[in-house]
Amino acid sequence: MKKEILKLRGVKVHFPVQAGVFNRVVGHVLAVDGVDLDIFRGEVLGLAGESGCGKTTLGKAILRLVEPTDGEVKYISQDDNETELTSLEKKDMDPFRKKLQIVFQDPHSSLNPSFTIFGSLQDPLKKFGIKSKEERRKIIGDLLEAVNMRREYMDRYPHEFSGGQRQRIGIVRALCLEPELIVCDEAVSALDVSIQAQVLKLLMQLKKEKNLTYLFITHDLSVTEYLCDRIAVMYLGRIVELCDSEDLYNNTLHPYSEALISAIPVADLDKQTKRIVLEGDVPSPVNPPKGCPFHPRCPKATDICKTEVPTLKKYSTNGNEHYASCHLIDLPEIS
Amino acid sequence: MAKSSLDKKFDQIRKREEEKTFSTKKRSRIVNKFLNNRLAVLGLIIFTIIILASIFAPLLSPYDPMRVDLRSMRQPPSFDHWFGTDSTGRDVFTRVLFGGRVSIFIGLGSAILSAVVGIAVGCYAGYKGGWIDVIALRISEIFMSFPQIILVLLLVSITGQSLFNLMAIFILTGWGGMYRLARARMLSLREEEYVQALRSFGLSTFTICYKHMLPNALSPIMVNITLSTAMFILTEAGLSFLGLGVPLNIPTWGNILNVAQDILILQNYWWMWGPVGIVISVFVLCVNFIGDGLRDSTDPSQQG
Repeated sequence: MKKEILKLRGVKVHFPVQAGVFNRVVGHVLAVDGVDLDIFRGEVLGLAGESGCGKTTLGKAILRLVEPTDGEVKYISQDDNETELTSLEKKDMDPFRKKLQIVFQDPHSSLNPSFTIFGSLQDPLKKFGIKSKEERRKIIGDLLEAVNMRREYMDRYPHEFSGGQRQRIGIVRALCLEPELIVCDEAVSALDVSIQAQVLKLLMQLKKEKNLTYLFITHDLSVTEYLCDRIAVMYLGRIVELCDSEDLYNNTLHPYSEALISAIPVADLDKQTKRIVLEGDVPSPVNPPKGCPFHPRCPKATDICKTEVPTLKKYSTNGNEHYASCHLIDLPEIS
Repeated sequence: MAKSSLDKKFDQIRKREEEKTFSTKKRSRIVNKFLNNRLAVLGLIIFTIIILASIFAPLLSPYDPMRVDLRSMRQPPSFDHWFGTDSTGRDVFTRVLFGGRVSIFIGLGSAILSAVVGIAVGCYAGYKGGWIDVIALRISEIFMSFPQIILVLLLVSITGQSLFNLMAIFILTGWGGMYRLARARMLSLREEEYVQALRSFGLSTFTICYKHMLPNALSPIMVNITLSTAMFILTEAGLSFLGLGVPLNIPTWGNILNVAQDILILQNYWWMWGPVGIVISVFVLCVNFIGDGLRDSTDPSQQG
């Protein structure tokens, strides 16, 4: 039986756009515009989409690094207690900060250059009740070994490490309070391919050892294919398709996902793939197009797409739940 | 296959690392880098000599800086009076030593205090942003838009000349620059991912901005402290030269220079203003060298 760890309901993050002498608010960037999403315990949920579609903002909104404008983020503990996170006071958030952690994209800015690794990692441990220095050193040392690094490295400065090593230190930081869910915000995008594989392997191994759940934010669908149990595809602040990762590749429902998948390079010269090239850019999230946000670029768009906003509907492919928001799907909807 | 000498070297390094024999060296990393900078070391040596000489002035000189000796007026430098004597027979060398006490105190004190105020306000406001930032920014602009000389004139005419008035004015007009520097650094630092990571642990604002972010904002501030120490010393000299600074009976470097207003002294008695002028310049130069050295050595990503 799958149990949820996080339930997102109608999460919105709007950033005000200010202009003029008095910084009048002239509009909002609808970075995340109403996302419903369940994340199950122990799964790897991929969150894919092109840059600017709001994936990172959604990840940060879950941790309240960006305050959601609207909507609910519910955390469900192991003994089924539900807590709504967005309405909590700063202080009350602390126990949940321990459970939810994040690994960042850029290994070069994710470590404090003036502190040794131990120096920058020890404060969170201190805050969450590990008083003796020996104990803190032991925890960090053990974790460094868990990510295949030497224990002594904790007394070094970040500039002494390579990108891949820094990223592993970033993982150590996320792990140091024994979290349940880790948001991997493009955790491997800044690394070169051989190191990517190494870090991904490590992440999967840690997941097994520590019963972690990942929300894996990426723009690279070829990475998600092997990694994720389910994949959510985002476009312009909304989820357009959500399904098991196999179904996304074999039974694609949304035209946007189709276009993304067709863009994955295939290492086979004989195989002819039909490449769907999307015209134009992502529309501005300040005033998204009317109707389906994807219709100006959609090769299949019809009249209804221009006027009516599609909602995320449930279908079934291969006997699995498959959500998509498109008017043009001719499968029977499941309630 | 035989190990190459390079491999052996690496093995040795690794062995030492495992035995933690590196740890003693690590403590003095910043010091080592500073000591490698020759100009900074030279600056530090001269700086220390001048400061020690000022502190131990009574031991170095048999004369009283205030005592008028009419029998030995305007004597050129000699063994008895190293820098000569001034128009009332006071020993110029002694006055330079004692003057250093006040001048350095004013310069360093004002610079450090205005930095403390500026950093305290700037870090918090820059990190927090919002209305706190707007208010702090406006206040600093108000203070910075006052001309220093007018403020000094105003305060001197209200409360009279005193050392602390001068320092108060230096701090009032000086913290704005430090504040802006600190704030600007914090604005760029707060978007860094390590700051986001600290926030994701729910650490307090104070820990994040004063402990984790401040060290990364410090190097330009450090340089600015030294520069403004130099500037305050020069301003003090300038104001005292005009008779607006420290009361004339207290010897400061500026007050000693004051005599050079007289064209007769400027032309005929070079020892009354020459040595002290050189001391001021050398001291200011040294402070700037130290500032440069500090900036380079506290930046962990710079090797050297």
